[in-house]
Amino acid sequence: MALFDYKLSELHGMLHKKEISVSDLVDESFKRIAEVDEKVQAFLTLNEEQARAKAKELDEKLATETEFGLLFGMPIGIKDNIVTKGLRTTCASKILYNFDPIYDATVMERLHEADAITIGKLNMDEFAMGSSTENSGFQLTRNPWDLERVPGGSSGGSAAAVAAGEVPFALGSDTGGSIRQPAAFCGVVGLKPTYGRVSRYGLVAFASSLDQIGPITRTVEDNAYLLQAISGLDPMDSTSANVDVPDYVSALTGDIQGLKIAVPKEYLGEGVSEEVRQSVLDALKVLESLGATWEEVSLPHSKYALATYYLLASSEASANLARFDGVRYGYRTDNAKNLIDMYKQTRSEGFGNEVKRRIMLGTFALSSGYYDAYYKKAQKVRTLIKRDFENVFEKYDVIIGPTTPTPAFKIGEKTSDPLTMYANDILTIPVNLAGVPGISIPCGFVDGLPVGLQIIGKHFDESTIYRVAHAFEQATNYHKQKPTL
Amino acid sequence: MSRISIEQVKHVAHLARLAITEEEAEMFTKQLDAIITFAEQLNELDTENVPPTSHVLNMKNVMRDDVPTAGLPLEDVLKNAPDQQDGQFRVPAILE
Repeated sequence: MALFDYKLSELHGMLHKKEISVSDLVDESFKRIAEVDEKVQAFLTLNEEQARAKAKELDEKLATETEFGLLFGMPIGIKDNIVTKGLRTTCASKILYNFDPIYDATVMERLHEADAITIGKLNMDEFAMGSSTENSGFQLTRNPWDLERVPGGSSGGSAAAVAAGEVPFALGSDTGGSIRQPAAFCGVVGLKPTYGRVSRYGLVAFASSLDQIGPITRTVEDNAYLLQAISGLDPMDSTSANVDVPDYVSALTGDIQGLKIAVPKEYLGEGVSEEVRQSVLDALKVLESLGATWEEVSLPHSKYALATYYLLASSEASANLARFDGVRYGYRTDNAKNLIDMYKQTRSEGFGNEVKRRIMLGTFALSSGYYDAYYKKAQKVRTLIKRDFENVFEKYDVIIGPTTPTPAFKIGEKTSDPLTMYANDILTIPVNLAGVPGISIPCGFVDGLPVGLQIIGKHFDESTIYRVAHAFEQATNYHKQKPTL
Repeated sequence: MSRISIEQVKHVAHLARLAITEEEAEMFTKQLDAIITFAEQLNELDTENVPPTSHVLNMKNVMRDDVPTAGLPLEDVLKNAPDQQDGQFRVPAILE
Protein backbone atom coordinates (compact mmCIF):
# COMPACT_ATOMS: atom_id res chain seq x y z
CA MET A 1 0.00 0.00 0.00
CA ALA A 2 1.30 3.46 -0.90
CA LEU A 3 1.57 5.98 1.93
CA PHE A 4 -1.16 8.17 0.50
CA ASP A 5 -3.61 5.28 0.49
CA TYR A 6 -3.86 5.90 4.22
CA LYS A 7 -6.21 8.55 5.58
CA LEU A 8 -5.00 11.51 7.62
CA SER A 9 -6.10 9.86 10.86
CA GLU A 10 -4.09 6.73 10.01
CA LEU A 11 -1.03 8.72 8.93
CA HIS A 12 -1.15 10.67 12.20
CA GLY A 13 -1.23 7.37 14.10
CA MET A 14 1.83 6.20 12.18
CA LEU A 15 3.64 9.49 12.84
CA HIS A 16 3.01 9.29 16.57
CA LYS A 17 4.16 5.69 16.70
CA LYS A 18 7.31 6.79 14.84
CA GLU A 19 6.61 4.32 12.04
CA ILE A 20 7.01 7.18 9.59
CA SER A 21 8.31 10.74 9.70
CA VAL A 22 6.96 13.92 8.16
CA SER A 23 9.99 13.86 5.85
CA ASP A 24 8.84 10.44 4.59
CA LEU A 25 5.50 11.97 3.60
CA VAL A 26 7.16 14.85 1.75
CA ASP A 27 9.62 12.41 0.11
CA GLU A 28 6.68 10.31 -1.04
CA SER A 29 5.12 13.35 -2.73
CA PHE A 30 8.25 14.37 -4.61
CA LYS A 31 9.10 10.77 -5.48
CA ARG A 32 5.65 10.25 -6.96
CA ILE A 33 5.80 13.58 -8.80
CA ALA A 34 9.16 12.54 -10.31
CA GLU A 35 7.62 9.23 -11.37
CA VAL A 36 4.32 10.33 -12.89
CA ASP A 37 4.09 14.08 -13.40
CA GLU A 38 5.83 13.94 -16.75
CA LYS A 39 2.72 12.08 -17.90
CA VAL A 40 0.05 13.83 -15.83
CA GLN A 41 1.51 17.38 -15.92
CA ALA A 42 -0.46 18.52 -12.89
CA PHE A 43 2.17 20.80 -11.31
CA LEU A 44 3.23 24.20 -12.62
CA THR A 45 5.66 25.08 -9.81
CA LEU A 46 7.25 22.94 -7.11
CA ASN A 47 8.10 24.12 -3.60
CA GLU A 48 10.63 21.40 -2.91
CA GLU A 49 13.31 23.16 -0.90
CA GLN A 50 10.83 24.91 1.41
CA ALA A 51 8.71 21.78 1.78
CA ARG A 52 11.67 19.66 2.85
CA ALA A 53 12.81 22.32 5.32
CA LYS A 54 9.29 22.51 6.74
CA ALA A 55 9.18 18.70 7.07
CA LYS A 56 12.40 18.76 9.12
CA GLU A 57 10.99 21.48 11.32
CA LEU A 58 7.80 19.47 11.90
CA ASP A 59 9.77 16.30 12.63
CA GLU A 60 11.56 18.21 15.39
CA LYS A 61 8.23 19.49 16.65
CA LEU A 62 6.92 15.91 16.68
CA ALA A 63 9.82 14.85 18.91
CA THR A 64 9.63 17.76 21.35
CA GLU A 65 6.10 19.17 21.49
CA THR A 66 2.62 17.95 22.34
CA GLU A 67 0.35 20.31 20.39
CA PHE A 68 -0.04 19.66 16.67
CA GLY A 69 -1.99 21.35 13.89
CA LEU A 70 -5.04 19.67 12.40
CA LEU A 71 -3.23 18.82 9.15
CA PHE A 72 0.11 18.16 10.79
CA GLY A 73 2.71 17.07 8.21
CA MET A 74 0.19 16.62 5.40
CA PRO A 75 1.49 17.41 1.89
CA ILE A 76 -0.87 19.63 -0.05
CA GLY A 77 -1.00 20.99 -3.60
CA ILE A 78 -2.48 24.43 -4.24
CA LYS A 79 -4.37 25.59 -7.31
CA ASP A 80 -2.36 28.31 -8.97
CA ASN A 81 -4.97 31.04 -8.52
CA ILE A 82 -4.43 31.09 -4.74
CA VAL A 83 -1.64 33.48 -3.84
CA THR A 84 1.33 32.01 -1.99
CA LYS A 85 3.91 34.37 -0.55
CA GLY A 86 7.25 33.94 -2.29
CA LEU A 87 5.93 31.07 -4.45
CA ARG A 88 5.13 31.93 -8.06
CA THR A 89 1.38 32.27 -8.71
CA THR A 90 0.34 32.43 -12.36
CA CYS A 91 -3.38 31.56 -12.69
CA ALA A 92 -1.96 29.51 -15.61
CA SER A 93 -1.83 32.78 -17.55
CA LYS A 94 1.06 34.29 -19.47
CA ILE A 95 0.01 37.65 -18.07
CA LEU A 96 1.17 36.49 -14.60
CA TYR A 97 4.03 34.24 -15.77
CA ASN A 98 6.49 35.76 -13.28
CA PHE A 99 4.19 36.92 -10.45
CA ASP A 100 5.76 36.50 -7.02
CA PRO A 101 3.07 37.28 -4.41
CA ILE A 102 3.96 39.52 -1.49
CA TYR A 103 1.35 38.03 0.84
CA ASP A 104 -0.38 34.73 1.57
CA ALA A 105 -4.06 34.06 0.91
CA THR A 106 -6.03 33.55 4.15
CA VAL A 107 -6.41 29.84 3.34
CA MET A 108 -2.61 29.60 3.10
CA GLU A 109 -2.20 31.22 6.53
CA ARG A 110 -4.69 28.71 7.90
CA LEU A 111 -2.85 25.82 6.29
CA HIS A 112 0.40 27.04 7.88
CA GLU A 113 -1.31 27.22 11.28
CA ALA A 114 -2.59 23.68 10.70
CA ASP A 115 1.01 22.49 10.00
CA ALA A 116 0.31 21.42 6.42
CA ILE A 117 3.15 21.42 3.89
CA THR A 118 2.82 23.12 0.50
CA ILE A 119 4.25 20.84 -2.20
CA GLY A 120 3.60 23.09 -5.18
CA LYS A 121 1.17 24.93 -7.42
CA LEU A 122 -1.28 23.16 -9.68
CA ASN A 123 -2.33 23.69 -13.27
CA MET A 124 -5.77 25.02 -14.17
CA ASP A 125 -7.71 26.67 -16.96
CA GLU A 126 -6.41 30.22 -17.33
CA PHE A 127 -8.04 32.36 -14.60
CA ALA A 128 -10.29 29.35 -13.83
CA MET A 129 -12.20 29.82 -17.09
CA GLY A 130 -12.81 26.40 -18.54
CA SER A 131 -13.92 22.83 -17.91
CA SER A 132 -10.96 20.79 -19.13
CA THR A 133 -7.73 22.56 -18.09
CA GLU A 134 -7.02 22.81 -21.83
CA ASN A 135 -7.14 26.61 -21.46
CA SER A 136 -3.94 26.66 -19.40
CA GLY A 137 -1.41 29.06 -20.89
CA PHE A 138 1.40 26.65 -20.03
CA GLN A 139 0.69 22.92 -20.26
CA LEU A 140 -1.85 20.20 -20.88
CA THR A 141 -2.82 18.22 -17.77
CA ARG A 142 -3.99 14.69 -18.48
CA ASN A 143 -6.52 12.48 -16.73
CA PRO A 144 -4.65 9.81 -14.70
CA TRP A 145 -7.35 7.25 -15.61
CA ASP A 146 -6.78 7.75 -19.35
CA LEU A 147 -4.00 10.02 -20.54
CA GLU A 148 -5.88 10.76 -23.77
CA ARG A 149 -8.65 12.41 -21.77
CA VAL A 150 -9.01 15.71 -19.93
CA PRO A 151 -8.92 15.83 -16.13
CA GLY A 152 -11.81 18.31 -16.13
CA GLY A 153 -11.46 21.88 -15.02
CA SER A 154 -10.80 24.42 -14.07
CA SER A 155 -9.13 22.74 -11.03
CA GLY A 156 -7.84 19.94 -13.29
CA GLY A 157 -4.33 19.96 -11.86
CA SER A 158 -5.66 19.69 -8.29
CA ALA A 159 -7.93 16.71 -9.02
CA ALA A 160 -5.36 14.94 -11.21
CA ALA A 161 -2.58 15.34 -8.61
CA VAL A 162 -4.75 13.73 -5.90
CA ALA A 163 -5.93 10.95 -8.22
CA ALA A 164 -2.36 10.23 -9.33
CA GLY A 165 -1.22 9.93 -5.70
CA GLU A 166 1.15 12.90 -5.96
CA VAL A 167 -0.45 14.64 -2.96
CA PRO A 168 -3.14 13.42 -0.55
CA PHE A 169 -4.68 16.92 -0.29
CA ALA A 170 -5.29 19.76 -2.72
CA LEU A 171 -7.13 23.07 -2.81
CA GLY A 172 -9.20 24.06 -5.80
CA SER A 173 -11.67 26.83 -6.53
CA ASP A 174 -15.20 26.48 -7.87
CA THR A 175 -17.11 29.22 -9.72
CA GLY A 176 -19.41 27.05 -11.86
CA GLY A 177 -18.24 23.51 -11.06
CA SER A 178 -14.46 23.85 -11.14
CA ILE A 179 -13.89 21.64 -8.08
CA ARG A 180 -16.73 19.12 -8.48
CA GLN A 181 -16.41 18.47 -12.22
CA PRO A 182 -12.67 17.60 -12.19
CA ALA A 183 -13.20 15.61 -8.98
CA ALA A 184 -15.85 13.58 -10.84
CA PHE A 185 -13.63 13.10 -13.91
CA CYS A 186 -10.64 12.01 -11.78
CA GLY A 187 -12.53 9.83 -9.28
CA VAL A 188 -11.78 11.88 -6.15
CA VAL A 189 -13.75 13.82 -3.53
CA GLY A 190 -14.24 17.55 -4.15
CA LEU A 191 -16.40 19.99 -2.19
CA LYS A 192 -17.58 23.47 -3.10
CA PRO A 193 -18.44 25.05 0.24
CA THR A 194 -21.35 27.44 0.84
CA TYR A 195 -20.59 30.88 -0.57
CA GLY A 196 -18.99 32.73 2.35
CA ARG A 197 -17.82 29.62 4.24
CA VAL A 198 -14.17 30.03 3.18
CA SER A 199 -12.37 33.35 2.82
CA ARG A 200 -11.66 34.44 -0.74
CA TYR A 201 -8.88 36.80 0.35
CA GLY A 202 -5.92 35.95 -1.86
CA LEU A 203 -7.98 33.96 -4.38
CA VAL A 204 -7.38 35.78 -7.65
CA ALA A 205 -10.93 36.89 -8.44
CA PHE A 206 -12.84 35.54 -11.45
CA ALA A 207 -16.51 36.04 -10.51
CA SER A 208 -16.64 37.41 -6.99
CA SER A 209 -20.28 36.54 -6.25
CA LEU A 210 -19.71 32.87 -7.19
CA ASP A 211 -16.08 31.94 -6.41
CA GLN A 212 -15.31 29.63 -3.47
CA ILE A 213 -12.12 27.80 -2.48
CA GLY A 214 -12.62 24.16 -1.48
CA PRO A 215 -10.89 20.86 -0.67
CA ILE A 216 -10.03 17.95 -3.00
CA THR A 217 -9.01 14.64 -1.39
CA ARG A 218 -9.33 10.92 -1.82
CA THR A 219 -11.74 10.31 1.07
CA VAL A 220 -14.66 12.18 2.59
CA GLU A 221 -13.04 12.16 6.03
CA ASP A 222 -9.87 13.83 4.75
CA ASN A 223 -12.04 16.32 2.90
CA ALA A 224 -13.80 17.23 6.15
CA TYR A 225 -10.45 17.79 7.90
CA LEU A 226 -9.25 20.12 5.17
CA LEU A 227 -12.49 22.14 5.15
CA GLN A 228 -12.26 22.38 8.93
CA ALA A 229 -8.80 23.92 8.66
CA ILE A 230 -9.69 26.61 6.09
CA SER A 231 -13.25 27.65 7.06
CA GLY A 232 -14.51 30.62 8.98
CA LEU A 233 -14.88 34.38 9.18
CA ASP A 234 -12.03 36.50 7.90
CA PRO A 235 -11.87 40.27 8.40
CA MET A 236 -9.98 40.49 5.07
CA ASP A 237 -13.01 39.18 3.13
CA SER A 238 -16.21 41.04 3.94
CA THR A 239 -18.24 38.35 2.15
CA SER A 240 -16.92 35.63 4.45
CA ALA A 241 -19.78 34.69 6.75
CA ASN A 242 -19.98 35.16 10.49
CA VAL A 243 -21.38 31.67 11.00
CA ASP A 244 -19.90 29.17 13.44
CA VAL A 245 -17.81 26.39 11.93
CA PRO A 246 -19.06 23.04 13.25
CA ASP A 247 -16.87 19.96 13.81
CA TYR A 248 -17.21 18.38 10.38
CA VAL A 249 -15.44 15.12 11.22
CA SER A 250 -17.80 14.41 14.11
CA ALA A 251 -20.68 14.57 11.58
CA LEU A 252 -19.36 11.40 9.93
CA THR A 253 -21.55 9.03 11.93
CA GLY A 254 -22.43 6.67 9.10
CA ASP A 255 -26.09 7.08 10.08
CA ILE A 256 -28.47 8.36 7.41
CA GLN A 257 -31.60 6.63 8.71
CA GLY A 258 -34.64 8.76 7.77
CA LEU A 259 -32.68 11.07 5.46
CA LYS A 260 -34.90 12.71 2.82
CA ILE A 261 -33.31 12.95 -0.61
CA ALA A 262 -34.62 15.01 -3.51
CA VAL A 263 -33.67 13.95 -7.03
CA PRO A 264 -34.38 16.69 -9.59
CA LYS A 265 -35.83 15.26 -12.79
CA GLU A 266 -33.87 17.89 -14.71
CA TYR A 267 -30.62 16.26 -13.50
CA LEU A 268 -31.42 12.85 -14.96
CA GLY A 269 -33.03 14.00 -18.18
CA GLU A 270 -31.90 15.01 -21.62
CA GLY A 271 -28.15 15.38 -22.13
CA VAL A 272 -27.20 13.03 -19.28
CA SER A 273 -25.69 9.79 -20.57
CA GLU A 274 -27.51 6.54 -19.87
CA GLU A 275 -24.50 5.07 -18.04
CA VAL A 276 -24.15 8.07 -15.75
CA ARG A 277 -27.90 8.01 -15.07
CA GLN A 278 -27.68 4.32 -14.16
CA SER A 279 -24.70 4.91 -11.82
CA VAL A 280 -26.70 7.57 -9.97
CA LEU A 281 -29.78 5.35 -9.70
CA ASP A 282 -27.56 2.55 -8.33
CA ALA A 283 -26.09 4.99 -5.80
CA LEU A 284 -29.60 5.95 -4.69
CA LYS A 285 -30.32 2.24 -4.08
CA VAL A 286 -27.26 2.07 -1.83
CA LEU A 287 -28.49 5.09 0.11
CA GLU A 288 -31.97 3.55 0.37
CA SER A 289 -30.44 0.39 1.79
CA LEU A 290 -28.88 2.60 4.48
CA GLY A 291 -32.27 3.97 5.51
CA ALA A 292 -32.69 7.04 3.31
CA THR A 293 -35.68 7.71 1.08
CA TRP A 294 -35.77 9.61 -2.21
CA GLU A 295 -38.36 11.30 -4.34
CA GLU A 296 -38.28 12.99 -7.70
CA VAL A 297 -38.60 16.78 -7.55
CA SER A 298 -38.29 19.65 -10.00
CA LEU A 299 -35.86 22.56 -10.15
CA PRO A 300 -37.84 24.17 -12.95
CA HIS A 301 -35.37 26.94 -13.83
CA SER A 302 -32.37 24.63 -14.24
CA LYS A 303 -32.34 25.01 -18.01
CA TYR A 304 -31.76 28.75 -17.63
CA ALA A 305 -28.76 28.38 -15.33
CA LEU A 306 -26.13 28.10 -18.05
CA ALA A 307 -27.14 31.34 -19.79
CA THR A 308 -27.54 33.13 -16.46
CA TYR A 309 -24.12 31.98 -15.35
CA TYR A 310 -22.26 33.01 -18.50
CA LEU A 311 -23.75 36.50 -18.41
CA LEU A 312 -23.10 37.07 -14.71
CA ALA A 313 -19.70 35.36 -14.39
CA SER A 314 -18.38 37.03 -17.54
CA SER A 315 -19.62 40.44 -16.40
CA GLU A 316 -17.87 40.06 -13.05
CA ALA A 317 -14.76 38.75 -14.80
CA SER A 318 -14.61 41.72 -17.15
CA ALA A 319 -14.41 44.00 -14.10
CA ASN A 320 -12.07 41.78 -12.07
CA LEU A 321 -9.59 41.25 -14.88
CA ALA A 322 -9.28 44.97 -15.60
CA ARG A 323 -6.44 45.02 -13.07
CA PHE A 324 -4.09 43.13 -15.39
CA ASP A 325 -2.70 46.13 -17.22
CA GLY A 326 1.07 45.64 -17.25
CA VAL A 327 1.69 48.42 -14.70
CA ARG A 328 2.07 46.88 -11.25
CA TYR A 329 2.83 43.23 -11.85
CA GLY A 330 3.02 40.51 -14.47
CA TYR A 331 3.72 40.64 -18.16
CA ARG A 332 4.18 43.87 -20.11
CA THR A 333 4.48 44.13 -23.88
CA ASP A 334 7.75 45.33 -25.42
CA ASN A 335 6.13 47.18 -28.27
CA ALA A 336 3.91 49.99 -27.08
CA LYS A 337 3.71 53.50 -28.42
CA ASN A 338 1.78 55.02 -25.53
CA LEU A 339 -0.09 54.07 -22.37
CA ILE A 340 -3.40 52.95 -23.94
CA ASP A 341 -1.50 50.99 -26.56
CA MET A 342 0.56 49.37 -23.79
CA TYR A 343 -2.62 48.25 -21.99
CA LYS A 344 -4.09 46.80 -25.18
CA GLN A 345 -0.97 45.02 -26.40
CA THR A 346 -0.13 43.67 -22.94
CA ARG A 347 -3.61 42.22 -22.46
CA SER A 348 -3.83 40.84 -25.99
CA GLU A 349 -0.47 39.13 -25.75
CA GLY A 350 -1.01 38.01 -22.14
CA PHE A 351 -4.56 36.57 -22.19
CA GLY A 352 -5.71 33.45 -24.04
CA ASN A 353 -8.78 33.34 -26.27
CA GLU A 354 -11.28 32.01 -23.71
CA VAL A 355 -10.36 34.78 -21.28
CA LYS A 356 -10.67 37.41 -24.02
CA ARG A 357 -14.03 35.97 -25.08
CA ARG A 358 -15.44 36.19 -21.57
CA ILE A 359 -14.04 39.66 -20.94
CA MET A 360 -15.72 40.85 -24.14
CA LEU A 361 -19.02 39.08 -23.37
CA GLY A 362 -19.01 40.68 -19.92
CA THR A 363 -18.07 44.10 -21.23
CA PHE A 364 -20.91 43.84 -23.76
CA ALA A 365 -23.46 42.68 -21.15
CA LEU A 366 -22.53 45.59 -18.89
CA SER A 367 -22.34 48.23 -21.61
CA SER A 368 -24.77 51.08 -21.97
CA GLY A 369 -27.98 49.99 -23.69
CA TYR A 370 -27.49 46.28 -22.92
CA TYR A 371 -27.19 46.27 -19.14
CA ASP A 372 -30.92 45.81 -18.44
CA ALA A 373 -31.47 43.31 -21.24
CA TYR A 374 -28.62 41.00 -20.29
CA TYR A 375 -26.94 41.63 -16.94
CA LYS A 376 -29.97 42.68 -14.91
CA LYS A 377 -32.16 40.06 -16.56
CA ALA A 378 -29.64 37.38 -15.57
CA GLN A 379 -29.59 38.68 -11.98
CA LYS A 380 -33.37 38.31 -11.85
CA VAL A 381 -33.28 34.78 -13.21
CA ARG A 382 -30.64 34.03 -10.58
CA THR A 383 -33.30 34.84 -7.99
CA LEU A 384 -35.66 32.29 -9.58
CA ILE A 385 -32.94 29.62 -9.56
CA LYS A 386 -32.14 30.34 -5.92
CA ARG A 387 -35.84 30.04 -5.04
CA ASP A 388 -36.01 26.63 -6.77
CA PHE A 389 -33.45 25.36 -4.26
CA GLU A 390 -35.15 27.03 -1.29
CA ASN A 391 -38.45 25.37 -2.21
CA VAL A 392 -36.92 21.89 -2.41
CA PHE A 393 -34.95 22.32 0.82
CA GLU A 394 -38.17 23.09 2.70
CA LYS A 395 -39.00 19.37 2.46
CA TYR A 396 -35.72 17.57 1.84
CA ASP A 397 -32.31 17.28 3.51
CA VAL A 398 -30.15 16.96 0.40
CA ILE A 399 -30.45 17.07 -3.38
CA ILE A 400 -28.69 14.31 -5.30
CA GLY A 401 -27.84 13.92 -8.98
CA PRO A 402 -24.85 13.36 -11.24
CA THR A 403 -21.95 15.84 -11.14
CA THR A 404 -21.49 15.79 -14.91
CA PRO A 405 -23.57 14.58 -17.87
CA THR A 406 -20.78 12.24 -19.07
CA PRO A 407 -17.46 10.88 -17.82
CA ALA A 408 -14.19 12.56 -18.92
CA PHE A 409 -14.09 13.46 -22.62
CA LYS A 410 -11.12 13.30 -24.98
CA ILE A 411 -8.50 16.03 -25.23
CA GLY A 412 -9.48 18.34 -28.08
CA GLU A 413 -13.00 16.95 -28.30
CA LYS A 414 -14.78 20.13 -27.20
CA THR A 415 -12.33 22.93 -27.86
CA SER A 416 -13.74 24.13 -31.19
CA ASP A 417 -17.11 25.39 -29.92
CA PRO A 418 -17.33 27.35 -26.63
CA LEU A 419 -21.03 26.48 -26.10
CA THR A 420 -20.35 22.73 -26.32
CA MET A 421 -17.68 23.08 -23.64
CA TYR A 422 -19.97 25.23 -21.43
CA ALA A 423 -22.76 22.59 -21.57
CA ASN A 424 -20.57 20.29 -19.54
CA ASP A 425 -21.33 22.41 -16.45
CA ILE A 426 -25.16 22.33 -16.55
CA LEU A 427 -25.43 20.25 -13.36
CA THR A 428 -22.91 22.17 -11.26
CA ILE A 429 -23.61 25.81 -12.21
CA PRO A 430 -27.04 26.11 -10.48
CA VAL A 431 -25.33 25.32 -7.15
CA ASN A 432 -22.99 28.31 -7.47
CA LEU A 433 -25.84 30.60 -8.52
CA ALA A 434 -27.80 29.58 -5.40
CA GLY A 435 -24.68 29.78 -3.20
CA VAL A 436 -25.35 26.38 -1.61
CA PRO A 437 -22.65 23.75 -0.94
CA GLY A 438 -22.12 20.67 -3.11
CA ILE A 439 -19.76 17.72 -3.20
CA SER A 440 -18.73 15.21 -5.85
CA ILE A 441 -17.79 11.69 -4.75
CA PRO A 442 -16.96 8.62 -6.85
CA CYS A 443 -20.05 6.47 -7.51
CA GLY A 444 -19.03 4.11 -10.29
CA PHE A 445 -17.08 3.57 -13.49
CA VAL A 446 -18.06 3.62 -17.15
CA ASP A 447 -15.52 1.95 -19.45
CA GLY A 448 -12.84 2.43 -16.81
CA LEU A 449 -13.63 6.13 -16.28
CA PRO A 450 -14.92 7.43 -12.93
CA VAL A 451 -18.44 8.81 -12.49
CA GLY A 452 -19.23 11.48 -9.88
CA LEU A 453 -22.25 11.65 -7.58
CA GLN A 454 -23.24 15.18 -6.62
CA ILE A 455 -24.73 15.81 -3.19
CA ILE A 456 -26.07 19.32 -2.62
CA GLY A 457 -27.00 20.73 0.79
CA LYS A 458 -28.58 23.74 2.45
CA HIS A 459 -26.61 26.92 3.09
CA PHE A 460 -23.89 26.19 5.68
CA ASP A 461 -24.97 22.56 6.03
CA GLU A 462 -21.76 20.93 4.79
CA SER A 463 -22.09 18.55 7.76
CA THR A 464 -25.11 16.78 6.28
CA ILE A 465 -23.43 16.54 2.87
CA TYR A 466 -20.38 14.96 4.50
CA ARG A 467 -22.51 12.58 6.57
CA VAL A 468 -24.30 11.29 3.46
CA ALA A 469 -21.11 11.15 1.38
CA HIS A 470 -19.27 9.29 4.12
CA ALA A 471 -22.08 6.77 4.63
CA PHE A 472 -22.09 6.07 0.89
CA GLU A 473 -18.31 5.77 0.81
CA GLN A 474 -18.28 3.29 3.69
CA ALA A 475 -20.84 1.14 1.86
CA THR A 476 -18.91 1.12 -1.45
CA ASN A 477 -15.40 0.57 -2.77
CA TYR A 478 -15.17 3.15 -5.56
CA HIS A 479 -12.88 5.47 -3.59
CA LYS A 480 -10.35 2.65 -3.18
CA GLN A 481 -9.83 2.25 -6.94
CA LYS A 482 -6.66 3.80 -8.28
CA PRO A 483 -5.54 4.57 -11.82
CA THR A 484 -2.51 2.66 -13.12
CA LEU A 485 0.16 5.05 -14.29
CA MET B 1 -30.55 38.22 -37.30
CA SER B 2 -27.20 38.64 -35.63
CA ARG B 3 -27.14 39.95 -32.07
CA ILE B 4 -23.75 41.59 -32.30
CA SER B 5 -21.98 43.15 -35.29
CA ILE B 6 -18.27 43.14 -36.02
CA GLU B 7 -18.21 46.90 -35.34
CA GLN B 8 -19.72 46.30 -31.91
CA VAL B 9 -17.15 43.58 -31.19
CA LYS B 10 -14.35 45.99 -32.11
CA HIS B 11 -15.89 48.66 -29.89
CA VAL B 12 -16.24 46.22 -26.97
CA ALA B 13 -12.62 45.11 -27.46
CA HIS B 14 -11.55 48.75 -27.27
CA LEU B 15 -13.59 49.29 -24.07
CA ALA B 16 -11.99 46.15 -22.58
CA ARG B 17 -8.53 47.36 -23.69
CA LEU B 18 -7.92 44.39 -25.96
CA ALA B 19 -6.20 44.74 -29.33
CA ILE B 20 -7.73 42.28 -31.78
CA THR B 21 -6.87 41.56 -35.40
CA GLU B 22 -9.45 41.60 -38.19
CA GLU B 23 -9.40 37.80 -38.18
CA GLU B 24 -9.96 37.64 -34.42
CA ALA B 25 -12.77 40.18 -34.71
CA GLU B 26 -14.54 37.88 -37.16
CA MET B 27 -14.04 34.81 -34.94
CA PHE B 28 -15.22 36.58 -31.78
CA THR B 29 -18.24 38.05 -33.59
CA LYS B 30 -19.37 34.57 -34.59
CA GLN B 31 -18.76 33.07 -31.15
CA LEU B 32 -20.22 35.95 -29.14
CA ASP B 33 -23.25 36.03 -31.42
CA ALA B 34 -23.88 32.33 -30.70
CA ILE B 35 -23.47 32.84 -26.93
CA ILE B 36 -25.72 35.92 -26.85
CA THR B 37 -28.36 34.19 -28.97
CA PHE B 38 -28.24 31.28 -26.54
CA ALA B 39 -28.53 33.70 -23.59
CA GLU B 40 -31.68 35.25 -25.01
CA GLN B 41 -33.62 32.18 -23.92
CA LEU B 42 -33.86 34.07 -20.61
CA ASN B 43 -36.44 36.27 -22.33
CA GLU B 44 -38.89 33.34 -22.15
CA LEU B 45 -39.21 34.13 -18.45
CA ASP B 46 -41.40 36.86 -17.03
CA THR B 47 -39.20 38.57 -14.45
CA GLU B 48 -41.21 41.80 -14.19
CA ASN B 49 -41.72 41.45 -10.43
CA VAL B 50 -38.61 39.48 -9.54
CA PRO B 51 -35.89 41.30 -7.60
CA PRO B 52 -32.31 40.84 -8.89
CA THR B 53 -29.80 38.77 -6.87
CA SER B 54 -26.32 40.23 -6.73
CA HIS B 55 -25.25 38.28 -3.69
CA VAL B 56 -26.68 35.09 -2.17
CA LEU B 57 -26.23 35.76 1.53
CA ASN B 58 -28.25 38.17 3.59
CA MET B 59 -25.49 40.56 4.45
CA LYS B 60 -25.15 44.25 3.86
CA ASN B 61 -22.63 46.96 4.68
CA VAL B 62 -20.15 44.87 6.66
CA MET B 63 -18.40 47.40 8.89
CA ARG B 64 -15.16 47.30 10.83
CA ASP B 65 -13.43 49.74 13.15
CA ASP B 66 -11.35 52.30 11.30
CA VAL B 67 -7.97 51.52 12.80
CA PRO B 68 -4.89 52.82 11.00
CA THR B 69 -2.30 50.16 10.19
CA ALA B 70 1.02 50.29 8.39
CA GLY B 71 0.90 50.06 4.60
CA LEU B 72 3.04 47.73 2.54
CA PRO B 73 6.77 48.47 2.35
CA LEU B 74 7.67 50.24 -0.92
CA GLU B 75 10.09 47.46 -1.79
CA ASP B 76 7.28 44.89 -1.70
CA VAL B 77 4.90 47.06 -3.67
CA LEU B 78 7.41 47.53 -6.49
CA LYS B 79 8.74 43.99 -6.38
CA ASN B 80 6.65 42.73 -9.31
CA ALA B 81 6.62 45.94 -11.36
CA PRO B 82 7.64 45.48 -15.01
CA ASP B 83 9.25 48.93 -14.90
CA GLN B 84 9.96 51.37 -12.08
CA GLN B 85 11.92 54.49 -11.31
CA ASP B 86 12.51 56.52 -8.12
CA GLY B 87 10.10 54.42 -6.11
CA GLN B 88 7.28 54.72 -8.64
CA PHE B 89 5.70 52.60 -11.36
CA ARG B 90 7.00 53.71 -14.74
CA VAL B 91 4.70 53.62 -17.80
CA PRO B 92 5.00 54.72 -21.44
CA ALA B 93 4.05 58.27 -22.38
CA ILE B 94 0.41 59.07 -21.69
CA LEU B 95 0.29 61.94 -24.19
CA GLU B 96 2.07 61.72 -27.51
